[in-house]
Amino acid sequence: MPATEQPTDVVRRRRPRARLVARYLLLTLGAVIVLFPVYMALVNSLLLPSQIAHQPPPLIPTNPQWHTYPDAWTGGHLGIYLRNSAVQTVIIVAGQLVTSILAAFAFAFLEFPLKKTLFIVFLMTLMIPFEVTVATNLTTVSSLGWFNSFPGLTLPFLATGFGVFLLRQAFLQIPRDLKEAAQLDGYGHLRFLWAVAIPLARPAIAALGVFSFLGAWNQYLWPLLVTGNDNSVRTVQIGLKQLLNTQLDQLNVSLAGTIIAIAPLIVLLVVFQKQLVRSLTAGAVK
Amino acid sequence: MARVHFAKVSKRYGDVAAVDDLTLEVADGELLVLLGPSGCGKTTALRMVAGLEDVTEGSLTIGDDLVNDVDPKDRDVAMVFQSYALYPHMSVAKNIEFPLRQRKIETAERKQRALEAATTLGLEDLMDRKPGQLSGGQRQRVALARAIVRDPRVFLMDEPLSNLDAKLRVQTRGDIVALQRRLGTTTLYVTHDQVEAMTMGHRIAVMQGGRLQQVAAPQDLYERPANTFVATFLGSPGMNLIPASRQGDELVTPSGSLAVPAELSGIAPGEVTLGARPESLSLGTEGLRATVSLVEMLGAETQVHCKLEGGTTLVVRQGHDQVRPDLGHSVLVSVDPSSLHAFDAATGDRIEGSQ
Amino acid sequence: MRTRATRRHKDWALAYALLLPGLVIFSIFTFWPFLQNFKLALYQNPPYPGLPSTFVGLSQVGDVLSSVTFHQSLISTLLFVVMVVPTGLLGGLVLALAAHKALKGMAIFQVIFSSTVVTSVAVAAVVFGTLMDPVVGLLPWLGLDPHPAILSNPTWALPAVAVIAIWQFLGLSFIIMTAGLQSLPEEVLEAARLDGARAPTMFFRVTIPLLSPTIFFGLVVGFIYAFQSFGQIDILIGSQNAEFTHTNVLLFYIYRALSVQNDPGLAAVLSIVLFAILLSVTLLQFRFLERRVHYAGN
Repeated sequence: MPATEQPTDVVRRRRPRARLVARYLLLTLGAVIVLFPVYMALVNSLLLPSQIAHQPPPLIPTNPQWHTYPDAWTGGHLGIYLRNSAVQTVIIVAGQLVTSILAAFAFAFLEFPLKKTLFIVFLMTLMIPFEVTVATNLTTVSSLGWFNSFPGLTLPFLATGFGVFLLRQAFLQIPRDLKEAAQLDGYGHLRFLWAVAIPLARPAIAALGVFSFLGAWNQYLWPLLVTGNDNSVRTVQIGLKQLLNTQLDQLNVSLAGTIIAIAPLIVLLVVFQKQLVRSLTAGAVK
Repeated sequence: MARVHFAKVSKRYGDVAAVDDLTLEVADGELLVLLGPSGCGKTTALRMVAGLEDVTEGSLTIGDDLVNDVDPKDRDVAMVFQSYALYPHMSVAKNIEFPLRQRKIETAERKQRALEAATTLGLEDLMDRKPGQLSGGQRQRVALARAIVRDPRVFLMDEPLSNLDAKLRVQTRGDIVALQRRLGTTTLYVTHDQVEAMTMGHRIAVMQGGRLQQVAAPQDLYERPANTFVATFLGSPGMNLIPASRQGDELVTPSGSLAVPAELSGIAPGEVTLGARPESLSLGTEGLRATVSLVEMLGAETQVHCKLEGGTTLVVRQGHDQVRPDLGHSVLVSVDPSSLHAFDAATGDRIEGSQ
Repeated sequence: MRTRATRRHKDWALAYALLLPGLVIFSIFTFWPFLQNFKLALYQNPPYPGLPSTFVGLSQVGDVLSSVTFHQSLISTLLFVVMVVPTGLLGGLVLALAAHKALKGMAIFQVIFSSTVVTSVAVAAVVFGTLMDPVVGLLPWLGLDPHPAILSNPTWALPAVAVIAIWQFLGLSFIIMTAGLQSLPEEVLEAARLDGARAPTMFFRVTIPLLSPTIFFGLVVGFIYAFQSFGQIDILIGSQNAEFTHTNVLLFYIYRALSVQNDPGLAAVLSIVLFAILLSVTLLQFRFLERRVHYAGN
């Protein structure tokens, strides 16, 4: 190390370091902004109502009111709502996966009349957002007697044009040779689908599954319209609204409810981040 | 009995005939090579035997069965694809067992037969690996094992060596030949590589533009090509073609004349295309006038490209101990008259009365 | 042994059978309702349920489209979109750029920044509702006067809801921008660096143009996302106050028409308008923006 350093050397060495620090600062700031609301909800859920009203509210609960969680669970019926959401979501995800796999397989591997037209028909459903169909769907579901029931809650969502699009892309990646080899080995279409196509398209199917799960769990409009006044099928999202309305003086319980509602999804995010990103960016990156 | 018989078979896409009026018989136990440049129809013909392409015209028979409308899986044929078509998510063992699962064979027997097939190809230690963990040569052997495990009546191979590097290709060539001779299964083998064809096939069927040019044993194909296409396709380099015209007792070219050899005395006067392989030409004191345009030294031999007056280039093969000419030199190319071929100047077909 | 023809026909039958479940669902729950809107729009509904609706032709359509409520709704919706989409995309871009280096701990930041994508409108509404509550909220802490309640304020209610939507959109925006950044061709960026481009030039003349397909995709997604937001308004403001606070965005108006006013005819007209807007914007964006988009190949 020379005794005296040239000014330019010092600057060149310092600049990257300063940039690094600045970057981490920015990242931390961003993280704080993003996490702050949920963090405050968590904190407030453990405070006494009087503490929440304190200005400014404390950032760390000194006397955590753990009872708010069981309260939300039983008194706020969140346990039931979670169960309902789980049932609703599983039905929708299963339905979307099955209909998408079957349709995508037909489009990717079979030849038949009107194939192009039918594919466009499936794609057109992407142009018609659910909100535009809500009016009639409500009438349909009511007249079939499925108001406030699981069929009514899930049937309109059992198929998705996006899923067909995504899985068809994935199936098209499978080399023709494999299908022909399987054909020579005596495998019909459906056995090929089960033994080869689905295993090879697993990443895309997982991505679709995660995406569907997220969409179904977080639905608001339709459950709002279709669930009645009892708790038989009310989902967590509507349950939260209910909780808020009935527990206005016990804000901490409502907030405990939101934490319970969001916890499964945070787990989902951490475990399935890759799949989630993949499905959300399908179509963004060529 | 597992012969394969094409009877006036054609495959048309609209106006285009990928395979045009093919009549060919593959004998039981024979390894027949379908040879030709890309687009000549050889792969289409192979796929028709597999049932992966429909036959537009004609009848295709395997054994005693007319198979035009038979499902691929009912034809009892096995195919080795150019890309091997291995199932990437299954182990080697499962890949080899795959064809047997559909045939309602019990698990124990299935595993046994798969193991036998794998051992035949030296794969017994790789049974648990996935295709992604294997080298190209190993994957190729898995594809072969999958084909033999069913003990089919016909093997179909679609350029199985083209994805291997040169050295591996030579070795695998020998392995496949040995395997086929041992099993005695009728094999239809498609390639564009004439070296493979010459060393592997009992007979070779040369195709071009969807049409069969000639089918014969390798040596016959080399020594008596049926037309100029076959003559120039086989051999490395291919046969030299010299445009000439018969005038009386002489074959006249712009670069000089040759005496009509006794074997070709039956040629009609007029335009004719002469053929001479590089090894039957030599540089000497008499012959056709030419200028040396390129000298390629290949170690054991030298190939001298000589340009005749009139434009045609001849390739002359010299042994390593012969004197090499310099570039640009004028030379005289003499032709061994007993090795001269004659082809119709217009159609390219071989003229009998030669050899 | 089947003939070729029956084999082909069997394939066709299989294909149609595979498509059938999806087609049935779509027909009943997507196409039929969509078309039915056009019929419903022509019928006026009585104020009391149980009475038949009367055919009024296009006059209902005319009435709705010319009503003040409708115009206000459109304005609210437009303002909402303008507030949410560019801000959300910009925020996502900034976060994506910050997190786009292979440094220690980056994975954690990436999970954090994506996290809002899993929040539902209900969760976001309750969480932010608390923060904005006049009594217990944090607004005083930030120096803002909490009274009257921001969510009952005709001027500030919509921006407040927009803040919630922006926060929720950040996660999706971050994911999209990150994917876009990852897809940028390394060689082009290196070439620019070798050519002496410094940070601002790099950013504005190289990175952004290369990123334009992603930004374009983000705009389309964001627009649709913003149009579909109404849950926050329902939970925090409620049907009664929506018009007063100028938060009666189009989708919320549709919900109120259906569920509160029991007026399918009105809902149908509004649904058609919603569809028309979304469709034309998507088409417009594709046509005009795609021309200005610089694909890496150009």
